[in-house]
Amino acid sequence: MTSPTLDLSRKPILILDQVTMQFGGLVAVDDFTAEIRQGELVGLIGPNGAGKTTVFNLITGIYHPTKGKIVFDGIDITPLKPHQITHLGIARTFQNIRLFSDMTVLENVLVAQHHKFTNPDADRILKINGKSAKRVANFWFWRSVLKVGYLKFEKEMVSKAKELIEKLGLSKFMHEKASALPYGDQRKLEIARALATDPKLLLLDEPAAGMNPKETEDLMRFVERIREEFDLTIFLIEHDMKVVMGICERIIVMDYGRIIAEGTPKEIQNNPKVIEAYLGREWEGV
Amino acid sequence: MTFFLQNFFNGIMLGGLYALIAVGYSMVYGILRLINFAHGDVMMMGVYFAYYSAVVFSLNPILSFTVAVLGAAALGFLIDRVAYKPLRKAPRISALITAIGVSFFLENLAVVIFGAIPKSFLDVFKDKSILEKTITVADARIPLLTFLVIIVTFAMFSVLFFVVYKTKIGMAMRAIAADIPTTSLMGVNVDNVIGFTFALGSALAAAGGIMWAMRFPNVHPYMGFVPGLKAFIAAVFGGIGSISGAVLGGILLGMIEIFLAAYFPSVMGYRDAFAFIILITVLLVKPSGLLGKKAIEKV
Amino acid sequence: MERKLPKKLNFVLTLLFILFVAFLLYLANEKLDEYVLRVVRLIAIYGVMAVSLNLINGITGIFSLGHAGFILVGAYTSALLTLSPEQKMMSFIIEPIVPWLANVHTDFLTATLAGGALSALFAFLIGWPILRLSGDYLAIASLGFAEVIRIFALNAISITNGPLGLKGIPEYSNIWWCYGWLFVTVIFVASLVNSSYGRALKAIREDRVAAEVMGINVFKHQLISFVVGAFFAGVSGALYAHWLTTIDPRVTTLGPMLTFYVLIMIVLGGLGSISGSLIGAALFAILFEWLRDLEEPFVLFGMRVPGIKGMRTLVISVIFILVMIFWQRGIMGREELTWNNIYRWLKRRGESG
Ligand SMILES: Nc1ncnc2c1ncn2[C@@H]1O[C@H](COP(=O)(O)OP(=O)(O)O)[C@@H](O)[C@H]1O
Ligand SMILES: [Mg+2]
Repeated sequence: MTSPTLDLSRKPILILDQVTMQFGGLVAVDDFTAEIRQGELVGLIGPNGAGKTTVFNLITGIYHPTKGKIVFDGIDITPLKPHQITHLGIARTFQNIRLFSDMTVLENVLVAQHHKFTNPDADRILKINGKSAKRVANFWFWRSVLKVGYLKFEKEMVSKAKELIEKLGLSKFMHEKASALPYGDQRKLEIARALATDPKLLLLDEPAAGMNPKETEDLMRFVERIREEFDLTIFLIEHDMKVVMGICERIIVMDYGRIIAEGTPKEIQNNPKVIEAYLGREWEGV
Repeated sequence: MTFFLQNFFNGIMLGGLYALIAVGYSMVYGILRLINFAHGDVMMMGVYFAYYSAVVFSLNPILSFTVAVLGAAALGFLIDRVAYKPLRKAPRISALITAIGVSFFLENLAVVIFGAIPKSFLDVFKDKSILEKTITVADARIPLLTFLVIIVTFAMFSVLFFVVYKTKIGMAMRAIAADIPTTSLMGVNVDNVIGFTFALGSALAAAGGIMWAMRFPNVHPYMGFVPGLKAFIAAVFGGIGSISGAVLGGILLGMIEIFLAAYFPSVMGYRDAFAFIILITVLLVKPSGLLGKKAIEKV
Repeated sequence: MERKLPKKLNFVLTLLFILFVAFLLYLANEKLDEYVLRVVRLIAIYGVMAVSLNLINGITGIFSLGHAGFILVGAYTSALLTLSPEQKMMSFIIEPIVPWLANVHTDFLTATLAGGALSALFAFLIGWPILRLSGDYLAIASLGFAEVIRIFALNAISITNGPLGLKGIPEYSNIWWCYGWLFVTVIFVASLVNSSYGRALKAIREDRVAAEVMGINVFKHQLISFVVGAFFAGVSGALYAHWLTTIDPRVTTLGPMLTFYVLIMIVLGGLGSISGSLIGAALFAILFEWLRDLEEPFVLFGMRVPGIKGMRTLVISVIFILVMIFWQRGIMGREELTWNNIYRWLKRRGESG
């Protein structure tokens, strides 16, 4: 199943090995095997209910697969909990926006930075102010309550959060409740929040849903930009074909939980199986 | 053997009573995902209704029990309409807090109307000899009352299963438990069905409470608290939302309590604590209960 | 743009406010009669209870109904430490007190801290199983644990004196201890809430799954909140015991009823607001005292109506239900009474007026 564009010089960052997820009698993901390589931008498409979101939920540890193995950056993450997986460098957005709605835009982004200080592997993840992160993370609870050796990190977090918010063009909402934002901006805030966790791999679940063509266009440019700027690998579910075909280097097509095709946008467009699926059933957004 | 039999019948009886109360929790939870905290207190009110209609209005016991069961049903219906219905769209936790408030309200209402001083349910019977009759089964002397309670409980469950599985309203109840939005599209008046569920559950709880009071005749405003909590535990044990689960959970809980207390009398004082330990264990090991279906929260 | 007062001004205002309150308390302590003063002290004790429950329920969104259990642990622990060995020997008449408790005797501060610490330890142990449960199951399980603790207090006679309870506890909870601890509680909880941790706790309340995906170890954070809340609940129990001077394990004293009272305070004040909890606690204490008249015989249109017992709790429960149905956000909602908020509010009024 190796596609010609798969750049074998890049090392795989995420490997899904024969992953299966069953809910009662329903097999939502069936024997899913795929590789995402460092720096790639891969699309995941398929009809409604194909199991795309479930794949993301499996990668992020929200569900644990019935069978199979998931390896990220050389570590078997199959048994890990969501927060541990985030520590390792996977971030995501949700299809049905899940912001902290009663908190401000700024707070939403700040929350995403908290884990760096409570992470047992803080050392490996980041350097704060040149200091060993582990030393800061020790007693982080007491530091933050008693406000000793805390405020300068808080300041750092705030400035980083503001920078991200600005990048996404949400500055004017800085102190608004997340729930007060227009729909499209809520999607952007989800991306800002995900970026704030300092990921290596970013999973975007239908980021353009509910956006108008102009916004969608901006979003595509934005995704390409952050990929460069943050040195990210991106795995994205999208129902808007224009987005997928426009920016993805490689596309995986799912139907009934299985992979039915994989390849470059061009290959996918001409794949008879995909075409059949297109004509045979109603596709999201097509 | 004798000792075992005595405890066995006691266990079935206590378990049956838990089950009668548990069903109300389970049905309401199945439909609204609400723990009706006030359920045990509705039971308590039912017992007071029975007590007063017999002692003050001198109705004969059977008639007074009927009045009490109907009264409790009306009360259950009313509570839903007044306190829970306005909160159907509110966060689930708001409804739970309100339920706690209703529970607290009923207890205090009972203190104000009926007084805080415990009453003896035995006053209901002019002829107390029936309470003392026993039947001998293989050397074990089992109170007649125990048999009566078991038979009545069984009869009530038969009626319940008939209503839920063979009648139109029962079908509507099950449909709503499965999925409210589509059911209301199908032209079912969801609020009436929910009200009926409350009434049915409350009636069963009152019947259970009356029989409880014959066995433990101390009637007071807080008497619903512990049986209510335990019945809830029974419902969770069996698998909340499932009626057969509530029956199974109730009977098992009754049995476990009676046998633990019978064979380990030194821990008698801690009997009420067993139920909670069971609850925690069940919730941790198999949160869906014995007969419940496992579900993974959809994200 | 967010409007804020300069930090210095904020600090000065806060300091002045604290001095002002301290002065008021001093005046109250000097001038008010003993009866009113008891209520004033009770407000602070209720305040500690409410703020600690609010941290758990309102801010972290763990719907715990086990507060009375923690309060009970604090009350008994501290009382057993401040009662003199002679008193203990005399009051344990059903069964003698266990030897390791018979002779310990400490000052009030140590006893209070011990009460808080033991309570926190309980929360830590209980938290392991129950925080794995969700929403309403957790509510029942925590209520159940509080009941188990109460049943223990009823049955472990050689430790707790069983149903007789403890009598003759010294009335140490004077105005300074009560308000001192209230001050510590509010500062601690407010500082926690206004930190990286506090944001994480609120995030868990808002959306547990999203919080996990943001790298927050939800269980650990909930446990921290639960243990901190329990510590202050234990402290409030110690203050309460030394205010009541007599404690026993009945449903109505340190049982579920007390949890409901505290729940009423935080719901009335606004779930999630610390200042709301304080307002709720004060309102509850005052209302409860004021309604006492309902239970006394009174004269209505020239007719003598006999006092009805239980009337005031009935009125309270009606208010509670009405608040839940018509005014769920309570007095403060999730807002706080801070100088900045007052300033913004005044400014807005000025602009619109
Ligand atoms: N927690 C769950 N419990 C039961 N079924 C689920 C759960 N999560 C997803 N499913 C089912 O799995 C299938 C795939 O869903 P999903 O991954 O959301 O599809 P997609 O994102 O491709 O539209 C659907 O049939 C859905 O109903
Ligand atoms: Mg999806």
